[in-house]
Amino acid sequence: MVAYSAVLDELEAEAIHVYRETAAAFRNPVLLYSIGKDSSVLLHLAMKAFYPAPLPFPVMHIDTTWKFQEMITFRDRRAAELGLDLRIATNTAAVEEGVSPFSHGTHEYTRIMKTVALREGLDRYGFDAAVGGARRDEERSRAKERIFSLREPGHRWDPRKQRPEFWRTANTALAEGQTMRAFPLSNWTELDVWRYIEREQIEIPSLYFAKERPVVERDGTWIMVDDDRYPLEPGEQPVMKSVRFRTLGCYPLTGAVESTADDLATLIAEMEDSKVSERAGRLIDGEGGGSMESKKAEGYF
Amino acid sequence: MGSTSVDATPVLQLVTCGSVDDGKSTLIGRLLAETDSVPIDQLEYARRTRRGGSTIPVGEVDFSLLTDGLEAEREQGITIDVAYRHMNLPNGRRVLIADAPGHEQYTRNMAVAASNGDVAILLVDAARGVRPQTHRHLTVSALMGVRTVIIAVNKMDLIGYEHAAFEEIVGVVRTTAARLGVPEVVAIPISAFAGDNVTQPSTNMPWYPGPTLMQFLSDWEPADTEATAGFRFPVQFIVRAEGNFRGYAGTVVAGSVAPGDEITVADSGRTAKIDRIVTYNGDLERADFGQAVTITLDHEVDVTRGDVLSARDPDGSSLQPADRFSADMVWIGEEPLAHGRSYLLVSGSRSVPATVTNVRHRLDVVSGHEHAARLLEMNDIGRVEVATDRPIPMDAYDKCRDTGGFLLVDRVTADTVAAGLVRHAMRRAFNVVPHDYDVTAEARTALMGHPSRVVWLTGLPGSGKSTIADATVRRLHALGVHTYVLDGDNVRTGLNKDLGFTAEDRAENVRRVAEVAKLMSDAGLVVFVALVSPYQSDREAAKALFEEGDFLEVFVDTPVEVCAERDPKGLYAKAAAGDLPNMTGMGQSYEAPENADLVLDGTGDLDVQVDTLARAVLGE
Ligand SMILES: Nc1nc2c(ncn2[C@@H]2O[C@H](COP(=O)(O)OP(=O)(O)O)[C@@H](O)[C@H]2O)c(=O)[nH]1
Repeated sequence: MVAYSAVLDELEAEAIHVYRETAAAFRNPVLLYSIGKDSSVLLHLAMKAFYPAPLPFPVMHIDTTWKFQEMITFRDRRAAELGLDLRIATNTAAVEEGVSPFSHGTHEYTRIMKTVALREGLDRYGFDAAVGGARRDEERSRAKERIFSLREPGHRWDPRKQRPEFWRTANTALAEGQTMRAFPLSNWTELDVWRYIEREQIEIPSLYFAKERPVVERDGTWIMVDDDRYPLEPGEQPVMKSVRFRTLGCYPLTGAVESTADDLATLIAEMEDSKVSERAGRLIDGEGGGSMESKKAEGYF
Repeated sequence: MGSTSVDATPVLQLVTCGSVDDGKSTLIGRLLAETDSVPIDQLEYARRTRRGGSTIPVGEVDFSLLTDGLEAEREQGITIDVAYRHMNLPNGRRVLIADAPGHEQYTRNMAVAASNGDVAILLVDAARGVRPQTHRHLTVSALMGVRTVIIAVNKMDLIGYEHAAFEEIVGVVRTTAARLGVPEVVAIPISAFAGDNVTQPSTNMPWYPGPTLMQFLSDWEPADTEATAGFRFPVQFIVRAEGNFRGYAGTVVAGSVAPGDEITVADSGRTAKIDRIVTYNGDLERADFGQAVTITLDHEVDVTRGDVLSARDPDGSSLQPADRFSADMVWIGEEPLAHGRSYLLVSGSRSVPATVTNVRHRLDVVSGHEHAARLLEMNDIGRVEVATDRPIPMDAYDKCRDTGGFLLVDRVTADTVAAGLVRHAMRRAFNVVPHDYDVTAEARTALMGHPSRVVWLTGLPGSGKSTIADATVRRLHALGVHTYVLDGDNVRTGLNKDLGFTAEDRAENVRRVAEVAKLMSDAGLVVFVALVSPYQSDREAAKALFEEGDFLEVFVDTPVEVCAERDPKGLYAKAAAGDLPNMTGMGQSYEAPENADLVLDGTGDLDVQVDTLARAVLGE
């Protein structure tokens, strides 16, 4: 049995509070769903926040078309099971132009396929608030992120415009052109997320668990060859390795770690031992100390 | 459920405060590193990277680098905002550190960090001693309701771990903490750099018998919130679902509740019983402080988002709506506070238009002195009066942070411009529907043969208010006018004998006298009020009770030297001897009316003044 945790109870209550405030205070909110473990926790908390009523707003996925196939299958199944109003935002113009993780540097690729697609998606539906799964422990610059994080016209993040947050009281007013991002998981750590998944028995994609997968080595990490779009070196053959993923994103950009943890308990134990921050495995963040911050200024989540 | 887990205790919200170079980054970095709360790649970064001027050899961890944040501040070498970090203590205690950096924006950031704080670490550099900033940190922590302050005297290694120096610093800080009423103060001598008493007991200070910083944080226990406030539940969201389900979703911000308990909708005064406490994991038998739940009531009452469901406090008092509040305010907007301007006041999940009607004083956060002020600017803290467009229930901040704290929001830019802490409600609006009587004020006036009105004489003690009122009333009485005098001193022996002379009590004194004057004028009398009533806002509130023209504000203008010389009641002499600290004109200020209906010269001939006043009253 999972042990009682006062910390998880507090974090859960805080997240539910943020959800309810978002649903009530904004005209047209949306939940940004990226299929990973944090999104799975977010979705679970959303079910709790409005129970016995269903989630009172839609869910949007930014699909770069380079996600793991399993993610898409998982997404569609969960949306059907939970009766979600699922919207999908893709930068179709860029897809047609052939933008891919291989045609552009990771920074530029992320800007075009994620940041631009997100901005377009939000604008298309006129969403004035977007709930996301960012946590303050993810990266040093996130430590200053607000729970309710303001975006200027054009979805720009201006550090100097961020509102001081007191108590549980949120200023949710928006001036012309402003929108809001809300982060119910702000005060969670990666380990909290895993322990909550265990406690609440939340379903997550099996990519998080170790399994023999076809991988190739790139820049010191293992990349899974998820479909035949992946360019191999002449004569190169993927090798089968027991690997798992700490975060899920675009498969060519997501490094796997070698592991045999094929259930939650072993996975959590493995994590408690390793103590490497999870973004270390994400190629997009490795470019210069403040890259997350500059991406945010452009409108990245 | 078995409470076998290591984290069965609530999260501790820790605020850290210190001036630049007191060693705050080093301390937090060490705490994080020594409790294994930092990922190893970040430790690696702190080993490899060196800031200009650093003398720490590459390869050793520069603890101060672990708390680095935004690019802009990395370039400037300073931190510009509140950062939140997690720490896991070996006993399973989770600590959420709100780190507020020190420089210009300090008061604002510090107030944010302290607003949820349970414990504050106040860093003092042993080599530099107590500095003005130390008092500032302490004052803001105390004001924001942080209950426990740890005086961490840092860099003990620089002063040879000397006991006497430590005690001297602690003595000074404790005196200020006592004045501010901080409930718990502890002092720990440390070296963030060398590690003494941070997580490991120091061998250099055998004279210190107490716990290490980490030990103290591990052992900390939260205050009993139920001791001060009853159940409070600001309704965030109305849950409507199949089967006619209607529930009120929110977070319990004070007290606790169980099915069958009677609650009051503080806004309307209507009561109902709790039917169910609904959660996704099943109904609860009880909801405690901090829990987010959905409540259903046993019968239909009108509840909307923003309303507060409440129960009586342990002392028997209850939450009631009011539309005027006395509050401390931390001004954080770039534009200064504008009098009379309409802002949005956000309390819990409710927003109402509100204006600041008066600034009482500005607090010097270093000396603790209160200075007369008209204005609050960015990073100022002051006592103000706030009027809301309609009555709303707010607690005193000391009772409950969530229902006693509010935000002011600019209606155009939507920026948060201030955080307010309610000290007390000034005018309660009870939920009473007045009965309409057939004999009206007009009918009574007709019978009297003259209109009723209120003549409000304000002026310094000894200015001549009572003398002028007395003589004028004699004159009018002879003419057949029905009069009455409400004299400040006389009222204080009866109706207002429970009130003193603080600004709050004076406001209440004026309010009651104004209400009595209103009843009397409604009865048909010409009422003279002779009351010092030193504050413009109190007089304006009195005036607001009356129709235009029914209230005559008369300023008896006599210089304070003349009053002091007359001193008919010996008050000025007492004040001069220091026995009357709240004496108007001496210890407290007198705000002369700016737009009095009539100004009488209190040093002029009495007959002339009486003539002028009598004619004004009769409308001649
Ligand atoms: N000797 C000594 N130096 C310290 C101690 N704590 C911090 N320092 C030094 O004081 C300077 C300022 O420290 P830092 O942590 O950056 O201060 P902050 O501005 O308060 O964050 C650095 O050079 C530290 O190495 C201490 O306990 N003893």
